[in-house]
Amino acid sequence: MTTTERRRSMATADRDAARGLDLADHVVDLVRARAPDAEVEVSVRRGSEALTRFATGFIHQNVASEINHVLIRVAVDDGRNASTSVDGPADDESLGRAIDGVLEAARVRPPDPDWPGLAPRGDAPAVDHWDEATAAATPDERASRVREFVDAADGLETAGFCSTTVVRLAFANSAGQRLTGRGTAAILDGIARTPTADGSGRQGSLRLADLDGRVIGDRAARKARDASEPTDLEPGRYEVVLEPDCVANILSFLLVAGFNGKAVEEGRSFARVGEVQFDRSIVLREDVTDPATIGIPFDIEGTPKQPLDLVRDGITSALLHTRRTAKAARTFSTGHAVEGGSSWGALGANLVVEPGRKSTDELVAGVERGVLVTDFWYTRILDPKTQVVTGLTRNGVWLIEDGRIVRPVTNLRFTQSFLDALGPGAVRGISADQALLLGGWDSIYLVPSLHLASWHFTGGARG
Amino acid sequence: MDDIAKQAVEAALAAGATYADARVMEIRTEAMSARNGITEALDREERAGVGVRVLIGSSWGFYAVPDIGSKAARRAGEQAAAVARASTRVAGKDLRLAPEKPVTGHWESDCREDPWSVGLAEKGDLLEGLTRTMLDHGADLAEASHHVWDTRKWLVSSEGTSVDQHIVETGALIQATAVAEGETQRRSFPGVRGQYGTRGWELIRELDLPGNAARIAEEARALLAADQCPSLDATDLILGSEQMGLQIHESVGHATELDRILGWEAAFAGTSWLELGMLGSLRFGSELMNVTADATLPGALGSFGYDDEGTPAHPVDIVKDGIWVGTLSGRDSAALAGIERSGGAVRADGFDRMPMVRMTNIGLLPGDDSLEAMIAATDDGIAMDTNRSWSIDDKRLNFQFGCEIGWEIKNGKRGRLLKNPTYTAISPQFWGSMDMLGNRDEWTFWGTPNCGKGQPQQIGHTGHPSVPARFRGVRVGVRG
Repeated sequence: MTTTERRRSMATADRDAARGLDLADHVVDLVRARAPDAEVEVSVRRGSEALTRFATGFIHQNVASEINHVLIRVAVDDGRNASTSVDGPADDESLGRAIDGVLEAARVRPPDPDWPGLAPRGDAPAVDHWDEATAAATPDERASRVREFVDAADGLETAGFCSTTVVRLAFANSAGQRLTGRGTAAILDGIARTPTADGSGRQGSLRLADLDGRVIGDRAARKARDASEPTDLEPGRYEVVLEPDCVANILSFLLVAGFNGKAVEEGRSFARVGEVQFDRSIVLREDVTDPATIGIPFDIEGTPKQPLDLVRDGITSALLHTRRTAKAARTFSTGHAVEGGSSWGALGANLVVEPGRKSTDELVAGVERGVLVTDFWYTRILDPKTQVVTGLTRNGVWLIEDGRIVRPVTNLRFTQSFLDALGPGAVRGISADQALLLGGWDSIYLVPSLHLASWHFTGGARG
Repeated sequence: MDDIAKQAVEAALAAGATYADARVMEIRTEAMSARNGITEALDREERAGVGVRVLIGSSWGFYAVPDIGSKAARRAGEQAAAVARASTRVAGKDLRLAPEKPVTGHWESDCREDPWSVGLAEKGDLLEGLTRTMLDHGADLAEASHHVWDTRKWLVSSEGTSVDQHIVETGALIQATAVAEGETQRRSFPGVRGQYGTRGWELIRELDLPGNAARIAEEARALLAADQCPSLDATDLILGSEQMGLQIHESVGHATELDRILGWEAAFAGTSWLELGMLGSLRFGSELMNVTADATLPGALGSFGYDDEGTPAHPVDIVKDGIWVGTLSGRDSAALAGIERSGGAVRADGFDRMPMVRMTNIGLLPGDDSLEAMIAATDDGIAMDTNRSWSIDDKRLNFQFGCEIGWEIKNGKRGRLLKNPTYTAISPQFWGSMDMLGNRDEWTFWGTPNCGKGQPQQIGHTGHPSVPARFRGVRVGVRG
């Protein structure tokens, strides 16, 4: 690669990202100096993570750490491949030791007929989910938002966290692909507690300045008070209004065990492209370019993340792929490989459920007899193919009758096929308001509330 | 390395800390996995850095750097103090640490066969061969993996503690999945998470993976044709020791973590149905139930010499003759709860995470019965083993667990195969119904290498000594 090309590819990156790219290039060179014919890809992730955690009214954990992570994958003769990573000093001695080890590991492996090769050159979508002030946020700024949250709860016990994350990612491979990206994220997430109920409030953004501890704390406190003195509800099938946290939870299962190209290849997935598998009102997109989301626009293999519809008008429209699963399916990678994810396959990164036109309150008004649920908890899949999942409700549950909330109820256990719950004719309403929920860098959800026709509650809090 | 840790502590004290400790860690890992006859992934990792924990008043601060140089260590100490000072904006009541005599020492786990001395070719051949055997015996998807962690850590505190440890952890897993239209069935060996311990490669040789690969593939195939587990409001339930390990982990281990009881995990992992006022008098289970947390068990995954506060490993009674008598604790949580001494159960999963209360080896002491005796003593019931799904509420009270395989028990004999077995109950009622408990011959130290807790989330390695057990009047076969 010429110096001019290098300069051009760095045009949109900041100086730190450029330093990361220099290191990635250097590691590629170190590998090629030892094994001229080796295929090699290198990711350099730098940044910081900071999280201020509070409970019983005080900050009980407050952590910050610097990140300096170098991931190296090599392939020699007939796709014999291995990977290694270094967290720590990125000097030539440490890197050289890691490279020698990974080359040795690759050479003793048998040929890999499924080795898909390296990502070719290609531009990533032009996104920069970045906020300079968040990148420079101090412990005091996080603590002040916690102070606001605690004060807004007005005497109720509180717990939660405020975090900021800064990522600068650089990628280079021996096929000439070179990319940089950066991102910031901030989250304020907490509960307020009465003696008989909890209520939650949370918000995510790429800007810490967007998070108002008073608003989020007040929301949690109102939910906790409204949910107090709950009484039992007989288990059974009910209409439900599920708030965004529940919807994100549902999507996480549909993605890992459904739209994942590897799960389809192995016969473990329900997904059949081109078939109506969801209600006609459901539009599910994977889109790192949505201005309301956050994240980096390429994956760990250096493949740009392609915006695509996973479900359009209820029809399963596409699957997510890594380079390996794409080769098996004779298609292209969609850019959804994650570090250490070879056993998982392709994971969604920026999921967006298209909003409807009603408010969540209007969804509640459309319920004849049902349940309003704030959060899900401890959901576990019983069968990936039918998407039967069990879990519990949390942080505020209410009985709705004739379009009105009539009383809070105790937490319920459900055992429900998520696929059936979103199936044709099962979705009665989608809210206009969406929430940005962060499940980590590989699972960011921009989702509304849903009104569903039927949900199977199989037990109460007492069994 | 202890000198690097000392410099970090000194920098923290100079910056105003009233207490500080620093951990220098070097971690090497290796993970290899094979799928359907081909090695799918070989990942190695090297991590090194310093994490410093600082107390100012009642407020903690923690800062970590991925560097083990003097300059970086001192920066970590100073920054940790700055983070602690920010915490004082939302301060709690005065915080003292439960007293612990400063110690110096060295500890290392027993490792008869260094996993790094076993060639990668041998490891790959083993895993690939296992998957081919499973394919040959009916699996549609055959997977095998091993994992090695090699951790060296040096801990220094401002109270004078200076200890270092070398811990090697090794384990492996094989899984066979059979696929049919609209259904998948899976069998795992030795357990759904494999089997892991603070041991070397000898653990993997002792597992006899080759001797079990064909069996689990055939069982996965057979499960496709098996009858569904019936839905019954109450029946006798016999659980194998692997599922019992999960049962202990979820409904006893997490419930007795003192940070949860104090409310520190309320927003995420949850709290506990246990209240401190009940300690020493609450009936947790039947009189057969004796649970200890013991980090001194040789080879178990939750074993160590000192926890990450420098408290020497020691056994703690958790449930004695069915009565709740103890907690999993650290120095700050123990002091707040009025408990005399830390339980020595505070660990972090890396240099870049703050230590928190984690399970050590929490498990059941064995009883007098054998699994076969339990079956012979059961007229009408269901036996289950190998965890498949696990869900429990935020107070660790209401659970629903599923297993990979089940059998009908009729007139003291194991009968037809049952698929998709699940059971659900409330913790104290469930443990109170335990009337038969496996004996010492069946006592197995199960290792769980993936216990998630905390924010930022940490992955803990925990051990669970376990035996089969029988429970009366349990609801089974819950379906959607």
